[in-house]
Amino acid sequence: MSGLTLAEKLLAAHAGQEAVVPGQIVVADVDLAIAQDGTGPLAIQQVEELGVTRVRAPACVFFIDHAAPAPRSELANAQRTIRAFCAAAGATLSDVEMGVCHQRVAESYAKPGDLVIGADSHTCTAGALAAFATGMGSTDVAVGMASGKTWLRVPETLRIVVRGAFADGVAAKDLMLTIIGTLGADGATYKALEFGGPAIDAMDMAGRLTLANMAVEAGAKAGLVASDATTRAFLAAQGREPDWRPLAPDPEVAYERVLEFDAAAVVPTVARPHTVDNVAPAAELAGVRVDQVLIGTCTNGRLEDLRAAAGVLRGRRRAAATRLVVTPASQGVARAAAAEGLFEVFWEAGAVITNPGCGACVGIHEGILGDGEVCVSTANRNFKGRMGNPEASIYLASPATAAASAVAGALCDPRELL
Amino acid sequence: MTVAAETGARDAGHARLPRGRAWVFGDDISTDHIAPGRLFHLRTDLLELAKHVMEDADPQFAAAMSPGDFIVGGRNFGLGSSREHAPRIIKLAGVGAVLAQSFARIFFRNAINVGLPVLQCDTSAIAQDDELEVDLAAGEVRDLTTGAVVPFMPLPPVMVTILEDGGLVAHVKKHGGFALPGA
Ligand code: SF4
Repeated sequence: MSGLTLAEKLLAAHAGQEAVVPGQIVVADVDLAIAQDGTGPLAIQQVEELGVTRVRAPACVFFIDHAAPAPRSELANAQRTIRAFCAAAGATLSDVEMGVCHQRVAESYAKPGDLVIGADSHTCTAGALAAFATGMGSTDVAVGMASGKTWLRVPETLRIVVRGAFADGVAAKDLMLTIIGTLGADGATYKALEFGGPAIDAMDMAGRLTLANMAVEAGAKAGLVASDATTRAFLAAQGREPDWRPLAPDPEVAYERVLEFDAAAVVPTVARPHTVDNVAPAAELAGVRVDQVLIGTCTNGRLEDLRAAAGVLRGRRRAAATRLVVTPASQGVARAAAAEGLFEVFWEAGAVITNPGCGACVGIHEGILGDGEVCVSTANRNFKGRMGNPEASIYLASPATAAASAVAGALCDPRELL
Repeated sequence: MTVAAETGARDAGHARLPRGRAWVFGDDISTDHIAPGRLFHLRTDLLELAKHVMEDADPQFAAAMSPGDFIVGGRNFGLGSSREHAPRIIKLAGVGAVLAQSFARIFFRNAINVGLPVLQCDTSAIAQDDELEVDLAAGEVRDLTTGAVVPFMPLPPVMVTILEDGGLVAHVKKHGGFALPGA
């Protein structure tokens, strides 16, 4: 028998089976179920519909991050519902000051070997910690919370092997945009992406989280990275070293497909409006006018991302006509960034620093775009209307490219400012 | 408003088959087109949110459609956010079914969970305003305007079970847990 991929190993373990095969339907034990303030109220309604008063999954966490703190009364009321439910049903609350769910899950909740389901499509982010983590709707997550179980179709696995070393000014985001450009926005639908190879082994946890976060932008159900010494060091830094365990795919695995990438060949890459797979080298788009730059989100709002942006911005200022919004992904990130002086660099560069959270990424508050405006964002989606205005355009880029574009007032390859 | 949506799911095998007008959209219709993030505050008021369904793909759609009409997409319909509000408001607006070449994974699963029929078929020859008839039992879509008949892919058995039980919550309540074929 051939060996198991990471996804197969994790699903077999949670379904109480020796092995599973792609296409098989399993009912699996859930370790962690999450929802946020946009999907939480509907999940709560469904838990109540099931007649359940105490959640049964080992950990259930609600994050108030999308509209945090609430910009209007309807949302404040939805958040009251979440707080009351958490207190009554035994779920954990991550309130308005704490930050974006996926960053918080990586910092405090998910561990290697877990099965994580979340009422947010980027739940796949936790796959960077070798958890099988996938986004679902409110009803699926409600059933998971209420029963401690979920059903899943075992996905085929695409192995993404990355060799070589990144050039200066090139980051995990550029690699992932390149991969999505190759696969297409539906190239991995129903499948798992498994990232490996020397460049992934050498990559820090921030970069791995960026890759796993965007797996869903190729349609994938999950994006996974093996658990190794980097994973251990990351958990140890969060005071969670006992949560670590090694986890890797079997050596002899029949992957559905293996795709190889050379990190050294990756250049600063941008996704043009209005789809994530519409990619081009940043250099080819030089000169496209930019009205706003957003640095943050669950894709690129980590300390390493803020450092990369600050590296470009230090001693420089944003262009006069280009607003610069910096949104750390979590309170932990914000504290660390402030402590090492990065906020000072951003303020000197003319930035607004907002509360950790989703902010402008999902078009609710803290940086909605005007008609005809162009934004360069470090987020994961550039769909029409995503940042609150269907008349605006969004380009997705790395923190370094976003920062360089703020300085230039136009799309800019960051290597020009290094 | 919900009457037509119900007929879409329940009339299979009956004399009167679900019939309606085609509203054709292109590839990559995202959940941001269907239920825009800027209307986030309406998520706890689905009837109100349903008045804006598909707004960022076609601002006229919600007002101009009639109950029983069909949404016809291209590739990767429903990509993006996990917001279940998207299939819910399509159903609430009275859309009979969504037809597309392919669906994004989370949207597809959500649609079944909330009882919205989603049919994967070759939609390339269907034009705006064509009169369509969906025969769930026969597994085909008939374009009454052009006379073309397009088969749709049968749903996986798991999905059929959940849809027939009336959605996921009803399934779990009925069986006291999961009772899925093959699991
Ligand atoms: S930062 Fe953006 S992509 Fe990430 S969870 Fe928040 S809204 Fe979603």
